[in-house]
Amino acid sequence: MFPAAFDYRAPASLDEALGLLAQQGDAAKVMAGGQSLIPLLKLRFAQPGMVVDIGRMRGLTGVSRNDGWITIGALTRHVDLERSYDLPGQLSMLPEAAHWIADPLVRNQGTIGGSICHADPSGDWGSVVLALGADLVARSANGERVIHAADFFQGPFTTALGPDEILTEIRVASSSKPAGGAYNKLERKVGDFATVAVAVQVELDGGKVSRAGIGLTSVGATNIKATEAEKSLVGREPNDAVIAEAARLAAAAAEPKTDVRGSAEFKRDVVRVFVQRGLKTALARAKEARV
Amino acid sequence: MKVSMKVNGAERSGDVEPRVLLVDFLRTNLAQTGTHIGCDTSSCGACTVLLDGEPVKSCTLLAVQVDGRSITTVEGLANGATLSPIQAGFHEEHGLQCGFCTPGMMLVGTALLERNPEPTEDEIRWAISGNICRCTGYMNIVKAIQHAAKAQAAAQAKVPEAVVVAGGE
Amino acid sequence: MSTATHMHGRIGESIKRKEDARFLRGKGNYLDDFVLSNMLQMAILRSPHAHARIKSIDTSAAGSMPGVIAVVTGELMAQHKLAWMPTLSGDTQAVLATDKVRFQGQEVAAVIAETKYQAEDARDAIIVDYEVLPAVTSPDGAKSAGAPLIRDEKEGQKDNHIYHWESGNQATTQAAFATAHKVVRLHTFYPRCHPAPLETCGCIADVNSATGKATIYMTSQAPHAIRTVFALVTGLPEQQIRIISPDIGGGFGNKVPVYPGYVVATAASLLIGRPVKWVEDRNENLISTGFARDYHMTGDLAVDEKGKMLALRVHLDSDNGAFFADAQPSKFKAGLFHIVTGSYDIPTAHVTADGYYTNKAPGGVAYRCSFRVTEASYLIERLVTNAAIELGLDQAEFRKQNFIKPEQFPYTSATGWVYDSGDYPKAMDVALEKLGYAELLNDVERRRKQGEVTGIGIASFTEVVGAGHGADFDILGLRMFDSAELRVHPTGKALLRMGTKSQGQGHETTFAQIVTEELGIPAADIAVEEGDTDTAPYGLGTYASRSTPVAGAATAMVSRKLRDKARKIASHLLEAAEEDLEWEVGRFYVKGSPDRSKTIQEIAFAAYTNLPEGMEAGLEGVHYYDPPNMTYPFGTYAVVVDIDKGTGQVKVRRMVAVDDCGVRINPMIVEGQIHGGLTEGFGIAFMELITFDSDGNCIGSNFMDYLLPTAWETPRFEMGETVTPSPHHPLGAKGVGESATVGSPAAYVNAVIDALSPYGITNIDMPVGPDKVWAALRSKGVTE
Repeated sequence: MFPAAFDYRAPASLDEALGLLAQQGDAAKVMAGGQSLIPLLKLRFAQPGMVVDIGRMRGLTGVSRNDGWITIGALTRHVDLERSYDLPGQLSMLPEAAHWIADPLVRNQGTIGGSICHADPSGDWGSVVLALGADLVARSANGERVIHAADFFQGPFTTALGPDEILTEIRVASSSKPAGGAYNKLERKVGDFATVAVAVQVELDGGKVSRAGIGLTSVGATNIKATEAEKSLVGREPNDAVIAEAARLAAAAAEPKTDVRGSAEFKRDVVRVFVQRGLKTALARAKEARV
Repeated sequence: MKVSMKVNGAERSGDVEPRVLLVDFLRTNLAQTGTHIGCDTSSCGACTVLLDGEPVKSCTLLAVQVDGRSITTVEGLANGATLSPIQAGFHEEHGLQCGFCTPGMMLVGTALLERNPEPTEDEIRWAISGNICRCTGYMNIVKAIQHAAKAQAAAQAKVPEAVVVAGGE
Repeated sequence: MSTATHMHGRIGESIKRKEDARFLRGKGNYLDDFVLSNMLQMAILRSPHAHARIKSIDTSAAGSMPGVIAVVTGELMAQHKLAWMPTLSGDTQAVLATDKVRFQGQEVAAVIAETKYQAEDARDAIIVDYEVLPAVTSPDGAKSAGAPLIRDEKEGQKDNHIYHWESGNQATTQAAFATAHKVVRLHTFYPRCHPAPLETCGCIADVNSATGKATIYMTSQAPHAIRTVFALVTGLPEQQIRIISPDIGGGFGNKVPVYPGYVVATAASLLIGRPVKWVEDRNENLISTGFARDYHMTGDLAVDEKGKMLALRVHLDSDNGAFFADAQPSKFKAGLFHIVTGSYDIPTAHVTADGYYTNKAPGGVAYRCSFRVTEASYLIERLVTNAAIELGLDQAEFRKQNFIKPEQFPYTSATGWVYDSGDYPKAMDVALEKLGYAELLNDVERRRKQGEVTGIGIASFTEVVGAGHGADFDILGLRMFDSAELRVHPTGKALLRMGTKSQGQGHETTFAQIVTEELGIPAADIAVEEGDTDTAPYGLGTYASRSTPVAGAATAMVSRKLRDKARKIASHLLEAAEEDLEWEVGRFYVKGSPDRSKTIQEIAFAAYTNLPEGMEAGLEGVHYYDPPNMTYPFGTYAVVVDIDKGTGQVKVRRMVAVDDCGVRINPMIVEGQIHGGLTEGFGIAFMELITFDSDGNCIGSNFMDYLLPTAWETPRFEMGETVTPSPHHPLGAKGVGESATVGSPAAYVNAVIDALSPYGITNIDMPVGPDKVWAALRSKGVTE
């Protein structure tokens, strides 16, 4: 099984890459680690005229903190996030989510930015950035712009990025308040896409939830931000009733479809279960969190 | 396109279409057929190679993508007639049956022990969870990697004994 | 001289495998590793529809693409009378479709080009105009009024029914049911799954245009049978066909049949005069080659008030796909399914089976199983656990009460099988002991009181393997014997050639050990060869756990033949009467004078240098072994599961496997076989599934959808054994390759059902995914 023929460029710098995209428009497809794109090319579901391989450029990797932001380079591999043992509590969800992506070999090659831009509604990072309320930084030959995660995912495999843009960074405003997250995923086996997964993030202020984020995987046309559920938590003391209410609202926000992985009813209920479990874990982590 | 890479320590190059997969480059252009194709969708790991020491699936990499980098295949594990500790472990613990997944499993095991010389059973099982074996039920693959870990630990203290497998016992 | 010299590699010794040397170095020779000079590549165009009439095929664009040598269609094949081929079940199968396509993935055309890339590019340029027809995707659909007629090309075929088959005694079974205290019913669907060996199928056909000889490298578990089928299909004289089955990357039944790709590649090589390679991709393997199971089964078990089983009644509807191409002995339309009374002394039974055509891939193969024994074992073991639950009896006790007793062997079952040997209570006891059953039952009670969902599953399977005695077992008339040819060289080293073909089972080691045991030549000195029909003796191949029961027996017998000759030579060398010689492994010595001896190596040298007057030179022989009966391996498997109420996820906490496969030749290899089978059984129970939507689109057509367990999900197995030799096998061995796939699915599912039984849940069909468990719990109001 082989891809159809295409032209290939491996720009040495971001500017060179952006120049190529400006020139090629829709005909070019950006590739980072290639772990989503190459299977599509092999199945001939995607037949771009040109592949622009940004995976060989230097830079855009790693996690850094400055100017009130925690920044993750778009070319940071899943494995590097999985093994980020020293992240602040605010990002405790990252290694956990990374751990369940695909399988260990794919994680050695695939990148967070590539995965987010692929925008598979079954992708894990989408829910994580929604729950974190992250900003996604995009560059084109014309300059840089910031897209809120909530505005990024527009449909299955469709994002707010223009054909001439490249995602360069994922960034989160760093907070001095105790915060924690959790990622729960139901998969049929290692390497499977999620049947359902839920990213949950909470920030505490004096025993009350000051910020909450909930992202849902595989239960809609995109990763879903469970806004009503998030709102229900803010300003409240997170007791069992509050948690159950948030879980109920998140389940209501899911738009699952019945398929070989299970019925819509089943998936919706697993959302409920995972929001409950995730909130309990996230709250415990927030309470003992490094800031 | 011109592509060159280090394969098992030797500089190798070729002229390929961009769409040529790394596994095909290794098998067809370099006639290194120890790297296998099992699924085409990066699900099974039969095509596993080490890319700069880390296991990846060569069916889901373009040959041009790894230009200038270093690849290790199963053919690069043994030192002449002497099997590497992982290879010896697979032999001693019956870690292989049909042999088709074996190169990938051994390469993953090699990389794991490089990073984590004393893995727990769970760590081993997690490390090989991107590689499918249809024959062994993984029991003896786990033992094989444990065997290699022990052998490597023992070799810290002394020069390793050569293990030679040729035509059996 | 000591008589107790250690001979390395005898029966019972876990010597390391001889075949490892090449595999460990990446130097195995699998089909796709072969490159012949001037070789072309073939790609097959397949139907996107499950059922459609072909209105036209336009190959003009494809034919003119770079590198393309030929585009082959059904029409071209028909000109050579090769558009259809016979199946192993006496039906016909399209090689390349001419009239209709009858399943998604059916072969429609083939491109032969200089490179794989060119072949695939051109394949995409073939234009086929289809008229889509309604699809049939189940036996119920096949028999419904107004169902489309799938095999409209078959003379006399008026509906989608293939066969009706019965076994046992209807009258006595009916009578027993009439008096029963209780009848327990289980309706279950054993879904379609796929052997999915890691290496796909393929071939390289090389027809020499000067000599006409066809050399075909092929991923085949049965190269000789394939050669004969090829001779019948193509009309080529059989001596002009050579099948070479190289190293095989797993078979599990998938590599028994003849596939259209083999025929097309051979025809193409014949017409073009160059070697043609065809290797499936994974999608092709899963959607078009030999599937497994797909049985809809209903079982009724009649019991008396004391819990004694009285009678068994079973009906099954078999979904055979578009062509009846099951790989199984000719006389048995539903394979060996009538072993369905299992390990139990059930006085009477009646089994009925109906097969149906559907718009699904053809070729029911025994996925690590002896011809449909797996389905039978699953049904009876599930039924027995359900009966125990319904009767309020302990599932282990209920089994023990109804087991065939050790003293009843040889035992004739209600459907006519003659079980050779067994000690079922013993295997059960070893398993329960290992499990700590009594304590575990208490633990389950304790956990359940705390709200946990947990349970224990048991399955005590009996398999029937080693086909078979030739009078009853044949494939296309070929009696199911097997063979071994042994040549001892002058230096005492040996070459053993077999009619079987290893796919990872370790034949090169195991069969060498049999020669070591019988003739005293160290295993390291014996080369074992299989798979080349020009050199190996004729045999029926490796599947249905038959290699050790049949070819292993042949190896013992040929070794004994040579030992008889060796005795004559020793007698000559030692100047002693034959009856005065004693044999110990590796040498003959004169009774009472152990120092006067000749080793087998000395005798071998003499066979070529210093023979008795009038004796034929050499120390070689061949044996064709036709087993007097099948062998009946058995065992007890026990599983403990924990279920997550919130997600329906099942976690196997423990898996105890006690197998009795008679005498174990290489215990290490035997255990490895069981590990593998337990894992494939685990996969089948929990995740492996080929299913179809209502249009007949295959779901499960790649490894992202057809799920195989990884090391992470796979349980850690706790192994045990008992040894009850087969009384009729020369070594007492029974065969073991498939026991664990046969016996384990029921054990896993029984554990789930036991865990759910407090809620009144009695069945979940495989694969037992979290969605189904969640739905079952939810239906009873259970939730997190």
